Amino acid sequence: MPGYLDPGFDTLALHAGAAPDPSTGARAVPIHLTTSFVFESSDQAASLFNLERAGHVYSRISNPTNAVLEQRIAALEGGIGAIATASGQAALHLAITTLMGAGSHIVASSALYGGSHNLLHYTLSRFGIETTFVKPGDLEAWRQAVRPNTKLFFGETVGNPGMDVLDLPAVSQIAHAAGVPLLVDATLTSPWLMKPFDHGADLIVHSATKFLSGHGTVIGGLVVDGGSFDWSGPHTEGKFAELTQAYEGFHNMVFTEESTVGAFLLRARREGLRDFGACMSPHTAWLILQGIETLPLRMARHVSNTEKVVNFLAAHPMVSRVGHPMLEGHPSYALAQKLLPRGAGSVFSFDIKGTRQQGQTFIEALQVFSHLANVGDCRSLVIHPASTTHFRVDDETLKASGIGPGTVRLSIGLEDPDDLIDDLKRALKSAGRTA
Amino acid sequence: MIYKVQGQPLYAYTGGKTFDPAKPTAVFIHGVLNDHSVWILQTRHFAHHGWNVLAIDLPGHGRSGGKAPESVEDAAECLVQLLDAVGVQKAVLIGHSFGSLIALHAAAQLADRVTQLVLVGTAYPMRVSPALLESSLNDPQNAIQMVNIFSHATLAPPPSALGPGTWLLGGSKALMRRVLASNPHENIFHIGFKACDQYDQAKEAMSKVACPTLFLLGQKDQMTHPKGAQSLIQIAKNAQVVFVNAGHQLMVEAPEETLKALIHFCQK
Repeated sequence: MPGYLDPGFDTLALHAGAAPDPSTGARAVPIHLTTSFVFESSDQAASLFNLERAGHVYSRISNPTNAVLEQRIAALEGGIGAIATASGQAALHLAITTLMGAGSHIVASSALYGGSHNLLHYTLSRFGIETTFVKPGDLEAWRQAVRPNTKLFFGETVGNPGMDVLDLPAVSQIAHAAGVPLLVDATLTSPWLMKPFDHGADLIVHSATKFLSGHGTVIGGLVVDGGSFDWSGPHTEGKFAELTQAYEGFHNMVFTEESTVGAFLLRARREGLRDFGACMSPHTAWLILQGIETLPLRMARHVSNTEKVVNFLAAHPMVSRVGHPMLEGHPSYALAQKLLPRGAGSVFSFDIKGTRQQGQTFIEALQVFSHLANVGDCRSLVIHPASTTHFRVDDETLKASGIGPGTVRLSIGLEDPDDLIDDLKRALKSAGRTA
Repeated sequence: MIYKVQGQPLYAYTGGKTFDPAKPTAVFIHGVLNDHSVWILQTRHFAHHGWNVLAIDLPGHGRSGGKAPESVEDAAECLVQLLDAVGVQKAVLIGHSFGSLIALHAAAQLADRVTQLVLVGTAYPMRVSPALLESSLNDPQNAIQMVNIFSHATLAPPPSALGPGTWLLGGSKALMRRVLASNPHENIFHIGFKACDQYDQAKEAMSKVACPTLFLLGQKDQMTHPKGAQSLIQIAKNAQVVFVNAGHQLMVEAPEETLKALIHFCQK
């Protein structure tokens, strides 16, 4: 450690978890493309399997390249450790299935990525895990939704695509009073914009596919544990037997006895990765690490570009609404000022005055923005829900979902901001001509 | 496992095994604001390799009840009574930092009941700076930050307590916050530091210890610098010194080297 203070964010983004390779001297993180690792002896092998020694056995469970990524994201989030997974969805699935089984209940924000909503509402309910969805800003609804079998609160730091900022201090307080942890999806903010553990969250999931990578080349996810939730603490009343009782599936280990603060991660890796197997490729981990090295620089640019684009759109006569919390009219403006002082991210939606056809014309006239279904790329991205993801839905139903015929979602990238504004200006002009 | 010691419940992690009087016993004693889980890898290994393990939570810490010991002498007395309560006639004592002073003082009392003594990350005198003492009393969260920066030597630790992907700096802070919160009745952080700072019996205790003593020291330890152990090494009758490439929390920063040194020493 270099000094008397905790290392800063930019230093950790480059160095956490990585040292020059002891066998080759390689300074950059090597990609360990190997399925398995040779044991020193039969006794060492048995010790590794029995958690008496720490090391790598098989790359589904751990890998040295992945371990660097796991340490790095844990360092950036202020957590105790992390697990890399095949995707953000796999990370969410791992977090949930480590904590509960059939007969359990989750309270979740209704402002979620569609894939997360599907997992909770349709898929997990098939396996006996029910979810009650509440409006993220309705604190009484969070409180009222708690049942005796509730095991988890879940929300997004900033909800996609309405940009509802989750009131982490308030929601975590309600969760903790109910004896359950708060898990947040921090994909759209990344630790550079917000550190959810500082505001009361207990667990974090990321789709590392987005801002952490930044290059739009790989799919990956991460689960991070803050080490703050006491699984046998006040109000838990035996809810987390998966962690506090002997587990026959792993040498009758009582995870909370083995590790006072790391029981969740112990079980998630030793059961979830082992048995469900949604692990990350070491090559993917390496690519995500390349992204994280420049995360502070990129996020600053994402935010400054977004501010310019938002200001341009807010003043444009063809635009009826811009849904970004940096604007005073946004319902989350005050919360964003408090929880996201560096900026509220670069994914947001806006409405074009006019018809569904005009929205489509706008999209097709764009030349710099890429029309696709992703966010958090270094390139600027756009999608028009009414003509793509919701094209079969009539205008009334769209409205009920908070989507208008002219609603457009943008993910602002790292291009020259003037070029982004020119591109939008040209496309809005085309849409205007279509009227 | 909970034992009744001095009328209070005292927790000792046994490494996933039940106590067997036929096996030798190793007692692990943690440092200030830590608990049994700092030894997770070493204790589990010992327990599965022919040893009884008693990795205690000091009184008033974690899962143990009672008041936190206000002096090294009080903590050592508790340790002696634990061995009596469990019926252990002979044991290896292994202590880290504050725990090393406790192990040393207990070894002096227990004489030939201690077969080997291991002092991990030790120094004498174990002075705590006035700033840290004050901070542990009035601003413990800030003191936790300070202690952890001084206690860790690397941003790239090897696979550790939770396996690969463990971020030790965060893990150690989270543990200290949890242990501090485990006792709302007294500031066990400040009490522990004061006990270290005020202990003045180490030389006398060391001179009474006849069993082999291992000094297991972190080369990059900024909390208890390796030079600080010299005063005891010179007195110890049967000393062995092993340096590990780590900071103060060497059990988690260099778990393999720590384990190998313990096995090598304890199997003699």
